[in-house]
Amino acid sequence: MSQLVISTRKGLFVAEPGGEGYRVARAAFIGDNVTLALADPRGGWYAALDHGHFGVKLHRSDDRGETWTEIATPAYPKQAEGEVDRTAAGHEIKWVTTRIWALAPAPDRDGALWCGTLPGGLFRSEDRGASWSLVESLWRNPARKQWFGGGGDQPGMHSICVDPRDPRTVAVAVSCGGIWRTRDGGATWENTAKGMRAAYMPPERAYDPDIQDPHSLVQCRAAPHVWWSQHHNGIFRSTDDMATWTELAQAGPSTFGFPVAVDPEDPDTAWFVPAQKDEQRVPVGGRLVVTRTRDGGATFETLSQGLPDRFAFDLVFRHALALDTAGGRTDLAFGSTTGNVFASRDRGQSWSVVSHHLPPVHAVTFAG
Amino acid sequence: MATVSFTPNLERHVECPTRTIEGDSVRAVLEAVFAANPRLRGYVLDDQGALRRHMIVFVDGQQIEDRDRLSDPVRPASEVYVMQALSGG
Repeated sequence: MSQLVISTRKGLFVAEPGGEGYRVARAAFIGDNVTLALADPRGGWYAALDHGHFGVKLHRSDDRGETWTEIATPAYPKQAEGEVDRTAAGHEIKWVTTRIWALAPAPDRDGALWCGTLPGGLFRSEDRGASWSLVESLWRNPARKQWFGGGGDQPGMHSICVDPRDPRTVAVAVSCGGIWRTRDGGATWENTAKGMRAAYMPPERAYDPDIQDPHSLVQCRAAPHVWWSQHHNGIFRSTDDMATWTELAQAGPSTFGFPVAVDPEDPDTAWFVPAQKDEQRVPVGGRLVVTRTRDGGATFETLSQGLPDRFAFDLVFRHALALDTAGGRTDLAFGSTTGNVFASRDRGQSWSVVSHHLPPVHAVTFAG
Repeated sequence: MATVSFTPNLERHVECPTRTIEGDSVRAVLEAVFAANPRLRGYVLDDQGALRRHMIVFVDGQQIEDRDRLSDPVRPASEVYVMQALSGG
């Protein structure tokens, strides 16, 4: 069984499997804001920290989180003297990494990694994070000027999906900048958010692919032409490899939320953690639930066994729902803003407590 | 030689003992410190080489004005303090 790596506002925690669930066994970076972690299946764990005053940092562990070493932080190139980068809305974008919001292996080369950031840049490392380069082809795409922040001042790249058919085909999702895909390892990019809908824009811009706010994006490993996205305005699915997206009108108590997980073997099965839309962002009726579809979104089940059913205020962020298929079964786990972490060993049917007492959870991931 | 000191809160993350160092501007004395301690640089300056948003530098008790170029003058007997701004939490 895998370990569970939990990134929180006040440290990184590792939960070990035991009995029917997981228990927190150790911690690192106590007191520090750990915003994201990656457990690279090729070896190496990575932890992104935000030290506030002292900026964003990145650390790597080669012993499954026992010890950590600071490595290079993705840094933007120097702007030309006097150059001011402004969005179409007139906001200045300083070329400074303010958050590491996506980390993924780049399997086309041993030790290579992708990293998505605020204010929207994609970086690549060839050497396990010892150095990073901005992917300038996307950063200098004129459409980037249309991007804007979602829940923050700056646009942010939060999802990186490396295509199982070809490691040089990579899709990234940006809040709020749509979905972008390269088929040539990052040399050229096309927007693949056609069909997504933004109710926060005037009607004539609602379907503009350059300003969509996909909160998260996932691709089915066994059926890579099928994609799921939890979007600011609902749940979207594509079954034609992102040629078009279709909105699903109903999904349990709400179609609003942040994370999505898809079954890597079954493109019709996906999980969400819904919340009251978007001006409240708390569980609907104070009842924390997970929704699951097993028929491609035609119907959704509301799963609540083991989860609090009243006065719950857990919000689950976009990186805080994880799925694991190591050991021949499908485990799930999620963590919330109130420091609760739950795990399921029966595909979401029932949930057991990992902890009720952690700091606010930014992200969870399984480490096989 | 100017004296350059760092907020003790930074010591948790990276060694930063007080140094006496040559230089006639904030940029010059900080670059001299970073030359001997490269990891410290990213904790004080951002990707563009400007002072991080929630950091403050004092020279002889006065906040510096040029946060981008760090051109504020430093005298041989100056006391330079690199501190956290409370705006950062």
